Amino acid sequence: MEYNGSAVMAMKGDGCVAIAADRRFGVQALTLGTEFQKIFQMNKYTFVGLAGLASDVITLSDQLRYKVKMYELREERPISPETFAHLASSSLYEKRFGPWFVEPIIAGLDPKTGEPFIASTDLIGCINFAKDFVVSGTANSQMYGMCESLWEPNLGPEDLFETISQAMLNAIDRDCIAGWGAVVHVITKDKIVTKHLKGRMD
Amino acid sequence: MLSAAGPTHAGPVRIPMEHGFSPYTDNGGTTLAIAGDDYVIVAGDTRQSEGYSINTRYCPKVFKLDNNCVLATGGMAADGQNLVRRLKQSIEQYHHVHAKTMSPSALAQLLSVVLYGKRHFPYFVWNTLGGLDADGSGWVYSYDPVGNVEKRKWACAGSAGHLIMPFLDAKIGHHHQSQIDAKTEGKPGSVPFDTAMKYTKDAFTSATERDIYTGDLLEIFVIRKSGVTVEQIPLKRD
Repeated sequence: MEYNGSAVMAMKGDGCVAIAADRRFGVQALTLGTEFQKIFQMNKYTFVGLAGLASDVITLSDQLRYKVKMYELREERPISPETFAHLASSSLYEKRFGPWFVEPIIAGLDPKTGEPFIASTDLIGCINFAKDFVVSGTANSQMYGMCESLWEPNLGPEDLFETISQAMLNAIDRDCIAGWGAVVHVITKDKIVTKHLKGRMD
Repeated sequence: MLSAAGPTHAGPVRIPMEHGFSPYTDNGGTTLAIAGDDYVIVAGDTRQSEGYSINTRYCPKVFKLDNNCVLATGGMAADGQNLVRRLKQSIEQYHHVHAKTMSPSALAQLLSVVLYGKRHFPYFVWNTLGGLDADGSGWVYSYDPVGNVEKRKWACAGSAGHLIMPFLDAKIGHHHQSQIDAKTEGKPGSVPFDTAMKYTKDAFTSATERDIYTGDLLEIFVIRKSGVTVEQIPLKRD
């Protein structure tokens, strides 16, 4: 989990969710790239953030996209974020004794009700359904500290964006192997706002 | 912790028993310090733990010293208490020899020297020292166990240090913030006293939620020109 370094988090708001990740790709202390994708859009309202081993992030994101597409062709309806969390969980538990080195975070709105949903799992798929925020990656303790003190219930999309951005930027500045800019998606019923944040490049 | 392990045997021969002994233990706990233009806040929780057990809910790790300085010690409680005892003796001796109280900067240097003096068998303590300098402005000195020292405006250490540090960067250092209400938030590294007090309490209540080694009681020391005052705030005990 510390080979590449990463920071991913998600937060619930009032009728909205936000998911954020850092953009670094590196091998231990050596930074090789600063625009590495760690958050993937699974359908209109469902996003997954993958923190951990970069090669597994790529492989697992492709595999999850494939599984979501097969589900949606078979069911002829979009997958709900909650169902997707269980799909991700069972995909990880399938490899119980030789796991993917990835700790996913799921964020989205229920396609029918628009109810916000966030969850995180460990590397073998144990799900944590949180009602406030979830964090994952090498900067997890910094992110817990930031989220625990900045987050409050029923934030609107603009306030939620500010809260998650401050939490992410200040957390990754105290982790040597995460950072180099960040990306934030704020998901509401009628639009998705994606912003790239400038951060310290050291 | 003492433990004895060796091969069991039935014979009448006594063989030497090997003893494993570690002179160090981590007693957990968190310390924090914020310096302002005319004050320093030095705070710490009072829980003392070992592994998953709580030894006591009230064992202070923040100490007022006789020269209007406050020292917060985190890490191993026994080492911290002995270090404070030695420092108090040195401060008193300095008073008798030089007929004046030791300045905070002199104490800061002394502490570094004392810690480095035990370079090969260190005190297992992460210190944070707060004091007012000659012109009355607050400063914080933070140390590692062998005496590396840095003079700062805010610091935190201990088991929830990782959780609190980015919060202080944001709230005291105003990192990544361009629009700040100077009246309530002050300038980076010099926030008004009431604001700093609020952040101190917020930091510890948040840390207590996620860190099992932090909790029970928060002890806040405030250094001003007029002297040192103490405030106690209950924290969650779970």
